[in-house]
Amino acid sequence: MPKTKLTTVTFNGTPEQEAALRAELEAIKTLDGPLMPAMQKAQEIYGYLPIEVQKIVAEELNVPLEKVFGIATFYAQFNLNPAGKYPIGVCLGTACYVKGSGEVLARFEKELGISQSECTADGKYSLVATRCIGCCGLAPVATVGQEVYGKITPDDVPAILAKHGN
Amino acid sequence: MKTLEDLRNIRETLKVTLATRDRMGDSPVKKHIMCCGGTGCTSSKSKQIYKNFVDEIKKAGLENEIQVVLTGCFGLCAMGPIVIVYPEETFYSMVKPEDVAEIVSEHLVNGRLVHRLLYKDKAHESHEVPKLGDTDFYRKQKRVALRNCGHIDPENIDEYIAYDGYEALAKCLFELTPQQVIDTVSQSGLRGRGGGGFPTGMKWQFAKNTQNIVKYVCCNADEGDPGAFMDRSVLEGDPHAVIEAMIIAGYAIGSNQGYVYVRAEYPIAVQRLSVAIGQAREYGLLGNDILGSGFAFDIDIRLGAGAFVCGEETALMTSIEGNRGEPRPRPPFPAVKGLFGKPTLLNNVETYANIPQIILKGADWFASMGTEKSKGTKVFALGGKITNTGLVEVPMGTTLREIIEEIGGGIPGGKKFKAAQTGGPSGGCIPASLIDTPIDYDNLISIGSMMGSGGLIVMDEDTCMVDIAKFFLEFTVDESCGKCTPCRIGTKRLLEILEKITSGKGEPEDIDRLTELCRYIKDNALCGLGQTAPNPVLSTLRYFKDEYIAHINDKRCPAGVCKKLITYKITDACKGCTLCARKCPVGAISGSVREKHFIDTKTCIKCGVCMENCKFGAIIKE
Repeated sequence: MPKTKLTTVTFNGTPEQEAALRAELEAIKTLDGPLMPAMQKAQEIYGYLPIEVQKIVAEELNVPLEKVFGIATFYAQFNLNPAGKYPIGVCLGTACYVKGSGEVLARFEKELGISQSECTADGKYSLVATRCIGCCGLAPVATVGQEVYGKITPDDVPAILAKHGN
Repeated sequence: MKTLEDLRNIRETLKVTLATRDRMGDSPVKKHIMCCGGTGCTSSKSKQIYKNFVDEIKKAGLENEIQVVLTGCFGLCAMGPIVIVYPEETFYSMVKPEDVAEIVSEHLVNGRLVHRLLYKDKAHESHEVPKLGDTDFYRKQKRVALRNCGHIDPENIDEYIAYDGYEALAKCLFELTPQQVIDTVSQSGLRGRGGGGFPTGMKWQFAKNTQNIVKYVCCNADEGDPGAFMDRSVLEGDPHAVIEAMIIAGYAIGSNQGYVYVRAEYPIAVQRLSVAIGQAREYGLLGNDILGSGFAFDIDIRLGAGAFVCGEETALMTSIEGNRGEPRPRPPFPAVKGLFGKPTLLNNVETYANIPQIILKGADWFASMGTEKSKGTKVFALGGKITNTGLVEVPMGTTLREIIEEIGGGIPGGKKFKAAQTGGPSGGCIPASLIDTPIDYDNLISIGSMMGSGGLIVMDEDTCMVDIAKFFLEFTVDESCGKCTPCRIGTKRLLEILEKITSGKGEPEDIDRLTELCRYIKDNALCGLGQTAPNPVLSTLRYFKDEYIAHINDKRCPAGVCKKLITYKITDACKGCTLCARKCPVGAISGSVREKHFIDTKTCIKCGVCMENCKFGAIIKE
């Protein structure tokens, strides 16, 4: 079941997004059982469900924030963290794991100051541990967006990060 | 707003065009090109194929003579994208967007089949089978729930109407009382296709008998079993059948509001269903005073958000209400106190898809198919180690052998059939020794499996049954909602014991531990998900205990799957080509050129890359 940790990424929702959400919620409010459709709409507008957005939903639908949060953490498709501009995946499939991808993941976490399934505060990098991505011959493997990095060591991590986003 | 007469006029008018597709004589539209727009074919660019056909046909100036249709799933997903040309019924498989120009110029303009794209039945030694209906895959099928899938444009309500669409609704509204509708459903012997097999008519009767002004009709389209896609295909290929059935159900039990709860992972199904609901509203088939009968009914779609447990009926309703999708104890049953506390009728997609034809053709017609206690047909999603991966619909009572060997085209690579898993994480396996069991609800229960929603995963000799049990338990542990202790903690403990066994640390007592824990979870879990979660373990223990024992006592995985229990070895067939040593990701292989190589088993991570790459078959695992 999903992560419950709140994001450290600064919320940068625009007034337009908020106006759009509130307008949508006006209509959704009238449905029977409006909470799921409301949160799906909110995630569609913002891309994820930070606490600020959950508060808007709770306020507009007049339900406790705890309830909104409870739903956000129950269903796999609701994200509490945004995807970073550079989404990083570290393969933890057996071949990669044995070749030290665990250490690679730890190094990413250390360099970025986040844990897996989180996004850096500036919204630049998000980090996930993936299952086998099927290129075991290149183990250990990490991906940044569509780009694949094979046979990497923890010491390669700073250079990979530097290549993306500077 | 349409009247019944309008619908019948639409049907008559369209019949002229559809004569080509039905091979019923001449029509101004001389050919119909059907492109599969199901999820499988769409992911291999079938929308582009459709567009290319439209463009090429326009270029050839044939747009008045040839109609191109984007349909729902044909079922033979392994051979997609699929294109059928009517009236010849020519069956082109694995078509690419760049093949379209050739089909148009050769086949449509010059009347010559494009042989390289014709489907070849594997059973007949690469023998060409130009016609769809002549293939082994289709010949043995009996399509009732899927009758329109692949045959109509799901986004065009007129085509559904042309094939007797909404005629069953009209019959109910104008000729039958609600009780007569329910009697017809009861007499047909239809049972819930979502897995449990509860008699549908009885369910309807319960919902009708509960007196209340507000009642709901729900459709369960939260198809979550790994490897099952029957309901998705019905919604993608024939959404109006489900809508029509839900209106009929509303009329029968006295409800004016329906909900379809569909998983958000099915974007095409959601989109087609939305389009269909919009069209039905436009035609006055949903809304107030349907066809001038005075009966009112409407349907809303609610999306899931990625929780398997929401396929359980009480969890589904809890989720629609806007809560964490946790099940609640029964009784009270939904028919008494369901959605928003009101009496609710809940059926699955495939169950609904059967209803209009039962009404039109009668209970006896439906009851004439199938076995004594399981009537009609069942759709199965064939997957795993089978040649024809895809969707098949067969009469109840068809044997597993017919499905696998004849329709499914057998197991690829000449491997031996070992078992089939039905019912996904809630079901069990059917071993090779029972391959001639006629498949129906009761037979499957008696051999320790269950029908489930219809996922049918075929496994060959390379499949480890302990590993399969572990796979399903991983799924259940992940998807357990956490409300009740037996499921939340029990399934986790089960998984831990299985992990222990597959990693070579099993003890003889573990089998008893597994059995005892399974029984405890079965007896005590709150909902169907928990109660059935131990089934994969129990049924593999029942039929493949020897494999458990091999793992535990001999620390050996007979199928060579459990990595911690196998070793790779290089035999004397090695020519010393050095390829394996170069491919090995961990440098575990050593040896000089033209000399036999060796694998250092301590370093080896058992990824199998060496064996896959060896050109001389010199690497074995044991």
